[in-house]
Amino acid sequence: MTTVGTIDPVLTDFATEVGPEGPVGVRGGGTRRHVGGEVAPGTRELRAPAGVVAFEPAEMTVRVRAGTTVAELHEALAASGQRTALPERPGGTVGGALMVGESAITRLGLGPVRDALLQARYVCADGRVATGGAGTVKNVSGFDLCRLLVGSLGTLGLLGEALLRTVPIPESEAWFRLEAVDPRQVWQRCRTANSILWDGGATWVLLSGYAADTAADRAILGELGEVADVEGPPALPPHRWSCTPAEAAAFGSGNGAAPNGATAGIDFVAEIGVGVVHASEPQPHRPVAPGVAELNRRMKERFDPTGRLNPGRDPLRRN
Amino acid sequence: MSPLLAAAARRLGRRAHRPEPEGEADAALVAELRAAVGAERVRADAAARYLASRDASIYSEGTAGPLCFPVTTEQVSACVRIAADHGRAVVPRGAGTGLSGGAAPLGRPVVLSLTRMNELLSVDLDNGVAWVQPGMVNLELSRRLAPYGMHYAPDPSSQQACTIGGNVATNSGGPHCLAYGVTSAHVVALEVVLSDASVVTLGGLDAEPAGYDLRGAFVGSEGMCGIATGAAVRLTPNPAAVSTMLMAYNDVSSGAATVGAIIADGIVPAALEMLDRRCISAIEDFAKAGYPRDAAAVLLVEVDGPPGGVAASAERVARIATANGAVSVRVAADDAERARLWKGRKSAFGAVANILPDYYLHDTVVPRSRLVEVLEQVYEIADRYELTALNVFHAGDGNLHPILAFDARVPGTMERVHAAGREIIEASLAVGGALSGEHGIGVEKRDYMERMFSDADLDQQSRLRAAFDPHCRLNPGKVLPSAHSCADIGLLRAADGKIWG
Repeated sequence: MTTVGTIDPVLTDFATEVGPEGPVGVRGGGTRRHVGGEVAPGTRELRAPAGVVAFEPAEMTVRVRAGTTVAELHEALAASGQRTALPERPGGTVGGALMVGESAITRLGLGPVRDALLQARYVCADGRVATGGAGTVKNVSGFDLCRLLVGSLGTLGLLGEALLRTVPIPESEAWFRLEAVDPRQVWQRCRTANSILWDGGATWVLLSGYAADTAADRAILGELGEVADVEGPPALPPHRWSCTPAEAAAFGSGNGAAPNGATAGIDFVAEIGVGVVHASEPQPHRPVAPGVAELNRRMKERFDPTGRLNPGRDPLRRN
Repeated sequence: MSPLLAAAARRLGRRAHRPEPEGEADAALVAELRAAVGAERVRADAAARYLASRDASIYSEGTAGPLCFPVTTEQVSACVRIAADHGRAVVPRGAGTGLSGGAAPLGRPVVLSLTRMNELLSVDLDNGVAWVQPGMVNLELSRRLAPYGMHYAPDPSSQQACTIGGNVATNSGGPHCLAYGVTSAHVVALEVVLSDASVVTLGGLDAEPAGYDLRGAFVGSEGMCGIATGAAVRLTPNPAAVSTMLMAYNDVSSGAATVGAIIADGIVPAALEMLDRRCISAIEDFAKAGYPRDAAAVLLVEVDGPPGGVAASAERVARIATANGAVSVRVAADDAERARLWKGRKSAFGAVANILPDYYLHDTVVPRSRLVEVLEQVYEIADRYELTALNVFHAGDGNLHPILAFDARVPGTMERVHAAGREIIEASLAVGGALSGEHGIGVEKRDYMERMFSDADLDQQSRLRAAFDPHCRLNPGKVLPSAHSCADIGLLRAADGKIWG
């Protein structure tokens, strides 16, 4: 007997649709379809069920089906002054955001997407519905399937429903732009910075928090340089690089400090303190240690022995 | 615990108290281990093996083989290889403060104590991380980071003794994890020795390492996926301001209502702890922290961060507490008073020893909205089994820690403790809760996993484990019930046919 919550019939129907055999994938909003390779031709592509199932403001959790758009989810949460760390892209879904695993540009303040997932209900390769994690905000009951699933591109299981951690929307939130300052100074000194973006010249800063604290950090920005109020972040170049925070802060210098050598001449916007760099050129292939590649291969083989889940996509080839 | 397991455990228990001398069969194994790590770093005597047979849980039926104290990753790897050559399992071990029997060795495995690998290797401010060895003590790490204005955020109650390696194995929490997150959110990369003795780095300092999140899968795997020999942990800046408050209530439900109201108001305190009357009384007898003895419950609330937010949220928290029936709100005036308030909370477990000689510290999680009803059941269950229940817990995240105090010398007591523990688990799961919030599953809750998870769920968990350790050589017999971990039983049988009957 299992005491944990019963499975929503909507998920059982989704599992029936997935079935036990044949290549199958899930299409979300289609915003990040190229990440890790396109799904193989001939793959049956399904839509995950949609809808907010239960929102409990006093628990700071929300149960939502994977096919729901992040925008729709955030609209529902905003009524109670909450949101999640998931990135909003036009048409982007909750399932897509979790399976792609790319964090929002506010990761510096809100944390990575991978930490937002508390419980996952998904269809396994054999067509059964499985649950990873628990329905509570804290849990160490067994192995952490939630962390494994985030960023897996739907190659280990097809997500149907997620329980997400929510966070309060702060009292004050605004973007500012500075010219010719060292963005690392902003990182070190402004504790309310939820995002610091730098294009090699200008720095954009999102200050979020209590009004008294963001005002104090706004004053610190004024000490560093000339500050302009702006509507939002700059347009981001199309390609995503995974760098260390130190590499990101040295990006474009051409001195080889950035990953894969010189990066001079590339248009970019670097996430300071995080390490993601949005660039005009794709990141050169990153070598993966053979032992890590082997563990990835074994993980896929164990979870999807016949390779039927989202064939063609591979988290090792995400850039 | 199933009757079969209980019987086996009793048999083992008797043997564990009379460890056999180093057996002939182990002579070759011990010689190879000594050649690999140095003679002085391998203990095979009965006393050492007895000490390595337990952790801080009430589980006392472990049996250790040779105990090694490697000092390098290469030595850890060598020990794993030698153990495999001899068909023996390996159990890694930190400070032994675990409360679920996770480090209790089953089937006389080679035990690796990582406590001699306790260096802070580097502090990398440009990347916001420190590299540490697994034997580094949690609190010592924060002490060493203090000159940089930084600390390591997860702060389990055992932080004066527990190690980072052990924290990684159990995905440890602590009072301040409400706002800062648990171990998994603070470990960005791990150097790991796998069961085939190879060494890999999981995760990385870059923002989005390629491939599956093997780092995330490894954290909390209770020593069953590999042995962490190094960790890159996030540096957390010390908060600019802190406000610590103690609120007293005439009934537990008003305290619990305050917890829900604070969270619903959009405040995420750094810590939100609750203590009941018996606990307050034990603490005052022991540590004299200045808690009000006449209160039915107290809430210890801490908010931290930039000063404006701290002042605003402290004021709101006090207002919410009063509106929900707090009879007093005391705000720590200075660091000394703050330390005194925390001293009370952190000495709770020591204080219990003043009441009765033994205690069983439980650990389940329930939705915050169900705290009161489950607490009432905890008292009722303890009364029915004639045990003394004290409650001190992380109310902010619904993480209950009932303490069942008892005297194990009284015949029949342990059976009552186990039966009460089982009912507390049932009560927590019945409201949609979890088996464990911090302590892990180990052997303590292994046979309850089927109460929380379906067959398909456990099958998925066993696949994760098998991808790391296909032959179940690392810490076998833990976490997964036997039906989902057949190879474990095979290995345990090979080592000692008597264990599993």
